[in-house]
Amino acid sequence: MTLADIPGLYNYWIVILLMMTGLYIVVSRGNLVKKIVGLVIFQTAVFLLYISMGKIIGGTAPILTGRPEIFSNPLPHVLILTAIVVGISTTALGLALVVRIGDAYGTIEEDEIAKADHEAEFGGPETP
Amino acid sequence: MKQHLVLRVVAKMLIPPILLFALYVQFHGDFGPGGGFQAGVIFAAAFILYALVFGLETARRVVPDRLVHTAMAVGLLIFAGVGFAGLLLGGNYLNYSVLAENQKAGQHLGITLIEFGVGTTVVAVMITIFFAFAGRSARMSDEDW
Amino acid sequence: MIDIVLLTFLALTALAIVRLRHLFAVVMLTGVYSLLSAGLFVLLDAVDVAFIEAAVGAGISTVLMLGTLALTSRREKVPGRIPVLPLIVVLITGAALLYGTLDMPRFGDAGAPIHRHVAPRYIHDSGTEIGVPNIVTSVLASYRGFDTLGELTVIFTAGIGILLLLGGTGGRRRKDEEMEEEG
Repeated sequence: MTLADIPGLYNYWIVILLMMTGLYIVVSRGNLVKKIVGLVIFQTAVFLLYISMGKIIGGTAPILTGRPEIFSNPLPHVLILTAIVVGISTTALGLALVVRIGDAYGTIEEDEIAKADHEAEFGGPETP
Repeated sequence: MKQHLVLRVVAKMLIPPILLFALYVQFHGDFGPGGGFQAGVIFAAAFILYALVFGLETARRVVPDRLVHTAMAVGLLIFAGVGFAGLLLGGNYLNYSVLAENQKAGQHLGITLIEFGVGTTVVAVMITIFFAFAGRSARMSDEDW
Repeated sequence: MIDIVLLTFLALTALAIVRLRHLFAVVMLTGVYSLLSAGLFVLLDAVDVAFIEAAVGAGISTVLMLGTLALTSRREKVPGRIPVLPLIVVLITGAALLYGTLDMPRFGDAGAPIHRHVAPRYIHDSGTEIGVPNIVTSVLASYRGFDTLGELTVIFTAGIGILLLLGGTGGRRRKDEEMEEEG
């Protein structure tokens, strides 16, 4: 790898940065809404990875016009197009679960939910 | 949001073009960017805007729950049904070439039909999701924001 | 050049989302993040994808998240200590992935393996086989119709699931009251 490779890899590096940001939010934050935001960030990073791989420099959007042209790869577009709609549906399902958890526990913080569960099961606060 | 006159007027002006644009995206998806998924989301966005500005109950009168829930299943059934139509006409499942006299006409017909099915389901699911969220009473009042 | 600027903005937005504790601001920045990625999709020739990302990501998902905030809370609790272990895990994973990219075909390379398999068939033959100018539509609806049927089923199922989770409370409450009356 040389310095000249960096523009060719910049897209992928940003994608990895975004993925890791999303993963970090999911792992480290206790708030359930924030966790879902983390998942959304990760998800969009994956979309970007696919679309970046499908791009051809000098290519154009894959719509036939009759003129001979170079087209970018249409297959990732199809996969990601459906994935986005599935993504919003599953995100909404996750948010619905969060709403129900909020109703049942009165909080959407992970540690408080765990504490409430512990108290309900053993009838007292957790002893370290 | 009864007191926001500007919002109400602007929303009234915006909703018809949004619906029209969604229909354009739906039926022009073969030629330009667009298709059932995009059109469905845009169409649903118009109803969501309506519900946000004029209230959920008004929106529920425009699109009753029964209609939305039926549309959700109907869209999927159209898609699957087109597949079975191909099967009955002697092709494979979801092979549209047998739907009309020649291959191109059949493909075009099939694509239009299933895009319509996709659009119907996506609109209905998006509206259902929004109504489900908006239908619950909020713990926060407007001033808390 | 503009794609590098957009990518940098995207990264900055994501980092800002990590730092912010006010969930309202977080949701708004998520909308900005989606809009920026929609812009990038246009630059990367994925017009159909950009279309839907703008409508879904910046529109509907923002509305849904705000709805969730209204039903729960809008502030994130400040944690007692800074989580170190997740940071280490994320850094190691990120380093491994970065190492993996070094062997990847460079961005925009027309000779990359992804462009050699089925894509040429779609690009060259879809005009005569399907006759629809938008290749994405012909792949989505015809060549990969099964795939799309599956995706639509997932969306349908998610809709049903949300109805069960959020829509059916009226019935449940009535049932609870009946049980109270009996007991």
